[in-house]
Amino acid sequence: MVTITGVIPRPNTYTGLWSWLTTVDHKRIAALYGFTAFAFFLIGGIEATILRLQLVTSDNTLVSPDTFNAMFTMHATTMIFMVVMPFGATFFNFLIPLMIGARDVAFPRLNAFSYWTFLFGALLMHGGFIVGDVPDAGWFSYANLTAAPFSQGQGLDFWALSLQVLGVASLAAGFNFVVTIINMRAPGMTLMRMPVFVWMTLVTSILLVLAFPIITVALIELTADRQFGANFFNTEAGGDPILWQHLFWLFGHPEVYILILPAMGVVSEIIPTFSRKPLFGYPVVIFSGIVIAIMSWAVWSHHMFTVGLGPIANSVFTITTMLIAVPTGVKIFNWIGTMWNGSIDLKTPMLMAIGFVALFIVGGLSGVSHAVSPSDFQQQDTYYVVAHIHYVLFGGAIFGIFAGIYYWYPKITGKMYNEMLGKVHFWVMFVGMNLTFFPMHYAGLNGMPRRIYIYQESYGWELMNLLATIGVFILIISILIFMHNFLRSLKKGADAGHDPWDAPTLEWSISSPPPAYNFAKIPQVQGLDDYWITKRQAAAQGETVPAEPHVDPATIHMPSPSYWPLITAFGVVWIAGGLLIDFGWDYIRFPLSFVGGLITVIGVIGWSNEPAAEEHHESAAGHH
Amino acid sequence: MAHANTSPAAPAHPPAAHSTPTHSPPAHGTAHPPAHEEETTTGINHRKLLMWVFLGSDCLFFGSLIATYMLYRGQSIVGPYPADIIDVPITTVSTFVLLMSSFTMVMGVAAARSGNQKRLLQWLVATIILGSIFIGFQVYEFNLFRIEGLRYETNLFSSTFFTLTGFHGAHVTLGIVWLIGLAIVAARNPAGRPSGLDVDIAGLYWHFVDIVWIVIFTLLYLVGGFDAGPEAPHAAIQGITNLVGLSG
Repeated sequence: MVTITGVIPRPNTYTGLWSWLTTVDHKRIAALYGFTAFAFFLIGGIEATILRLQLVTSDNTLVSPDTFNAMFTMHATTMIFMVVMPFGATFFNFLIPLMIGARDVAFPRLNAFSYWTFLFGALLMHGGFIVGDVPDAGWFSYANLTAAPFSQGQGLDFWALSLQVLGVASLAAGFNFVVTIINMRAPGMTLMRMPVFVWMTLVTSILLVLAFPIITVALIELTADRQFGANFFNTEAGGDPILWQHLFWLFGHPEVYILILPAMGVVSEIIPTFSRKPLFGYPVVIFSGIVIAIMSWAVWSHHMFTVGLGPIANSVFTITTMLIAVPTGVKIFNWIGTMWNGSIDLKTPMLMAIGFVALFIVGGLSGVSHAVSPSDFQQQDTYYVVAHIHYVLFGGAIFGIFAGIYYWYPKITGKMYNEMLGKVHFWVMFVGMNLTFFPMHYAGLNGMPRRIYIYQESYGWELMNLLATIGVFILIISILIFMHNFLRSLKKGADAGHDPWDAPTLEWSISSPPPAYNFAKIPQVQGLDDYWITKRQAAAQGETVPAEPHVDPATIHMPSPSYWPLITAFGVVWIAGGLLIDFGWDYIRFPLSFVGGLITVIGVIGWSNEPAAEEHHESAAGHH
Repeated sequence: MAHANTSPAAPAHPPAAHSTPTHSPPAHGTAHPPAHEEETTTGINHRKLLMWVFLGSDCLFFGSLIATYMLYRGQSIVGPYPADIIDVPITTVSTFVLLMSSFTMVMGVAAARSGNQKRLLQWLVATIILGSIFIGFQVYEFNLFRIEGLRYETNLFSSTFFTLTGFHGAHVTLGIVWLIGLAIVAARNPAGRPSGLDVDIAGLYWHFVDIVWIVIFTLLYLVGGFDAGPEAPHAAIQGITNLVGLSG
């Protein structure tokens, strides 16, 4: 095993720690994404618990206002960029090649690079805890709260530069999945035969690719202001803080669809399977997703109704925001239409999916209520908005994610989870979720502002806050039940078989867990819901379809593991990290950052000189 | 060790993914090729498609920087203002140089496609030189501005100007480094590398960066280069800034 560069021998292990550090297998990268995202889910949950404990009663003094600010900032930043987005990436990675009938993504090493950059960026974000300056200007970090005089210390520098690194990871993943889906479909897999999840991944990836450059520019401008004395948001020099809000929300609104569209894709796979019916109005669901993506670029100023944009802008964005509710509502009707007259099997994934639909409707309706700008003037910066975003992000995205985890658990692990515990998890989480977030509607409409760390007894918000805090502990119990079920079933779960749900998509046609090469023979796709077609054709002749038999992996040419993605990702994060190291002598930062750049360059050179796959011996090469 | 490699050590075998730049259409009805080969659903090479998607993304990057510049145009409170400092004739020369580099790049791609490694090397070197001259002009311009009192932190004009043109210059520099890499490979000429596709993808990037410069040159030099002091911007810009609530 010789590499061109010859400096470091190419890794050739497929077990143990090194195999995980050097893997380019999309299924293993999915596992890395999943476990990392779940770890940050727990961290973000702890931060939320601290917030709720502080607010459990009036005049509470559990944490200081500074800690409270840091906690709500890190809670939102963590949940959005380090939980929901990487959970999306988990599903993209595991499912996309399997669903389109490919052996891996288009750029396996770029895929590994995305994961490592994401991990390092997320760790760098938490470096603020080590230096004692945690980001505390909110996940939106409005100018000019973020200007150097108002946010002293390094917290916001950690925030801006880590987010920049996370953006690199997201962009790389976005490029990869656009190319994979467009270019690596199995024969016969036309665009309108792709599973809805694949479509939603394509739409999400395109949104990622187009939205992240905008936040990149906004963060460059913020960093330039803070570190190099630029004037972008400096009002004394004529700069306008509102520019930050425009750039941030022009990114931020497509971003909320980046968070929710993958969950919609997951639910669109689960509801047909457990209703024993094809998805109702498949093309309409697809076009709704595309329309949502396009319209998500025309609604950003509804986050800014109270800024004072004037009646024309507020009217325009009121109308566009109400219009974007239409394709979302269309999807909901399609899911209900799929269940209508189906023979519904209320397994845990289906319960989670129905929970998604129900809770997303609640969140969608409160969303429409602050699409109306005069009404939004009453709701802006109150707990009513907090209730809304948690109904769409917890009730929506998180329920969708858990639906997906349960649905594909047997495929990923080969084991069946405990159905009873799964259902208990669903009901406890459903109750806890509503108990936590529904009272926030009332607190908000009674005038409770967001992001306050303390309130007085006379305000009358105590009951609603107490209920919400109790709800958090019910949510914690539900997550513990999930963790127990997940880990116990890994060891003691029954053998799941290759197709426990009689599902319509290609990933169920191969063994569980899938072999490294996915498909021994690349499938020939006959139509939408292809695996249902295959199974029905066999059933008509009185046969059943077994899992595709395994073959000798040495006969299939797969990409080889590589160190370079890890090294390159390390270089990228060091470029940002070097700027953050503060020895009290300013000029040390630039050489340190430069070293990161040097490592990146070395990584890229090694990467480009290394073939994607090592040559096999003659008898094994090609033919597949 | 399932994938243990038993092939004899090849000292410099070309990367597998680069070896067959064919654009054959997908072979329906036959087995799909392994991931590393060039045969794709659309017939477009993976890396080329990646470059197109990246360029789409980069449009939004430069678009945001240009939007920032245009919104802050004429908003600086203190000088130097563009009219005091922008030298349109000199930058016209450097713009011409950069546009000529697109021509040499096209010739390089054509040479690579026809497999003429010697000519490819000549055109690559020409492109690298022209790109470097452009960067030289930019370094000269930045340094002159600094001497004349326009520093990064001076006013809105300086912050937006240096950020936008600086990131464009960084793009050109990255392109030069890329072309140098290709030129080194072409000079060694191992088995007909770099392929036409390799040069084609670099060319896409290079032309994109040129096109962005045409927009920047038009807006920052031809349109905005004569702004003298804080004054109300054009009515159309004013209308847009009023609509979205930005100062103006």
